Amino acid sequence: MGRYVIRRLLQMIPVFIGATFLIFVMVYALGDPVAALFGDKAPDPATAARIREDLGLDKPLWQQYLHYMGNIFRGDFGTAFNGQKVTELMASAFPVTMKLTFVAIVIEIIVGIALGVVSGLKRGRPLDTSLLVLTLIVISVPTFVSGYLLQLLFGLKLGWVRPTVSSDAPLNELILPGIVLALVSLAYVTRLTRTSIGENARADYVRTAVAKGLPRRRVITKHLLRNSLIPVVTFIGADIGALMGGAIVTERIFNIHGVGYQLYNGILRGNTPTVVGFVTILVLVFLVANLLVDLLYAVLDPRIRYA
Amino acid sequence: MTTIDKTSSVPAPRGSDDFGGPLLEVRDLHVEFHTRDGVAKAVNGVNYTVSAGETLAVLGESGSGKSVTAQAIMGILDMPPGRIPKGEIFFRGEDMLKMSADERRKIRGRKIAMIFQDALSSLNPVLSVGYQLGEMFRVHQGLSKKEAKAKAIELMDKVKIPAAKARVDDYPHQFSGGMRQRIMIAMALALEPDLIIADEPTTALDVTVQAQVMDLLAELQREYNMGLILITHDLGVVADVADKIAVMYAGRIVETAPVHELYKRPAHPYTKGLLDSIPRLDQKGQELYAIKGLPPNLTRIPSGCAFNPRCPMAQDICRTDIPALFPVTERDGGELPGRGSACHFWKETIHG
Repeated sequence: MGRYVIRRLLQMIPVFIGATFLIFVMVYALGDPVAALFGDKAPDPATAARIREDLGLDKPLWQQYLHYMGNIFRGDFGTAFNGQKVTELMASAFPVTMKLTFVAIVIEIIVGIALGVVSGLKRGRPLDTSLLVLTLIVISVPTFVSGYLLQLLFGLKLGWVRPTVSSDAPLNELILPGIVLALVSLAYVTRLTRTSIGENARADYVRTAVAKGLPRRRVITKHLLRNSLIPVVTFIGADIGALMGGAIVTERIFNIHGVGYQLYNGILRGNTPTVVGFVTILVLVFLVANLLVDLLYAVLDPRIRYA
Repeated sequence: MTTIDKTSSVPAPRGSDDFGGPLLEVRDLHVEFHTRDGVAKAVNGVNYTVSAGETLAVLGESGSGKSVTAQAIMGILDMPPGRIPKGEIFFRGEDMLKMSADERRKIRGRKIAMIFQDALSSLNPVLSVGYQLGEMFRVHQGLSKKEAKAKAIELMDKVKIPAAKARVDDYPHQFSGGMRQRIMIAMALALEPDLIIADEPTTALDVTVQAQVMDLLAELQREYNMGLILITHDLGVVADVADKIAVMYAGRIVETAPVHELYKRPAHPYTKGLLDSIPRLDQKGQELYAIKGLPPNLTRIPSGCAFNPRCPMAQDICRTDIPALFPVTERDGGELPGRGSACHFWKETIHG
């Protein structure tokens, strides 16, 4: 187990370097950050050159990358052009997004798995069919549509919640955005659980559990569910990373000042340190989430332990 | 389990509370499956009885309805698509088909247990064998986790799994095929049921292990005086352990007999064909006999005797009249207890 974790951690290094370098190149290709700094005005060439030299932008790309990575490992993510430290931005943005992701994941797990189990056990019945249609609708409606619709309905028409989230983003205000963020994944979790339950319900070991005279509830929770959740856990784990980075739309709809919001602004202003810094952290989150999934996978299925 | 203490010092034999009849009696059982291609009639009027301490071997090809009958007895048929349109299954004189789901559940595992064919797929891959064994005690007897584990170790010792204590937390995939089947047996034995149904318990094992597992099963059966229904298609396995045999074909019992008599003098052409198709050392070099044709499609069972298209003795009557299970007698009419044959020409088969 220990060796496996170490091997996996080592594997993260090339992935991390590759991912960050790609982002660095892409952001660099977005355009001239110095020009973006001046906004609509054309910069004085001499001043621009001086700024470039100050910021090290006149050096070759690989040198800039190495310099940047060196700073990151010293905990220095650089400064945004407005003078704010990127780490400060992160300190304010990541907790908010993490809270939002947490709300979304919890909804996804509870509602998605519950619906999936019910659907899988009632395969082919009207309830199952209507759930299938419902999930299909949810999957096909883009987040910005469902987001604005729910905001309009619950925030403005019914007035049950605040239409936008205040700056300290308390959990109760994040429930509606959490639902919006979770919707599509929730539909996938439902479908995945349904298929998995439906398949495993016919397995021999479930028949054995029934033949042992176990109550139906126990057969489902102890024998059927644990086997069926293995693929679902994989999906949810990978989804943690995706939700954190993918909350851009939801965060804009509900005016949440999280990672998506900062990234959006960073990209708009060609702000390399912000974008690369945030994405670097996201890459790390993604890698760690995946590692945790794989470890959890081994916990759920003893056959792949010590692999 | 609630056992009533008898005043006598001699322990009452198991399974003899107040009911004198056979442990299990299956009467005119019918099972059908409703599929897209029509109704498959898997079991068509099966009758058999098993008493305490007795071993009934149910013999038949795949699709002869032997496993389905067993599943109907256990109450683990998938319904739907399965349906039991007719029949009764008496356990200690009570018709289980009329019981509530919860009453039946309490019989399962506690009074009637089942051993399945493929132990690898029949054991839950993600739960330790100790947990799966202990579960029986936790659910049926309300023991604590720790007590259940101790019982599980005891059971594993009982079925002769070496180093039971060390292996109780292992998972099914960490055991060999023979050991896994022992665990299945241990699980069935856990609550010392009155009846065990073993559905091809040795099919997935190699020959030497087969013998070990069968011996173990027979030994434990004697020890606990349990009824045993042994479902198999292996005539060799049956000979050593069974008391009586029921041969099934297309959902019907075509012949019943005490075990050795069946081998000596089969009274049904199908049984005869089965016995002739066993390879024998003294017939080395000759072509092995095989019953011609294939088992019938259960959605379209032939009219008359279901075996008639494959039967070397078939006459016109076999294509029109379904033969009842005739009592088989000696040539002079002397009784042969326990023998029966569902063949219009049983006399010619046994005496001819």
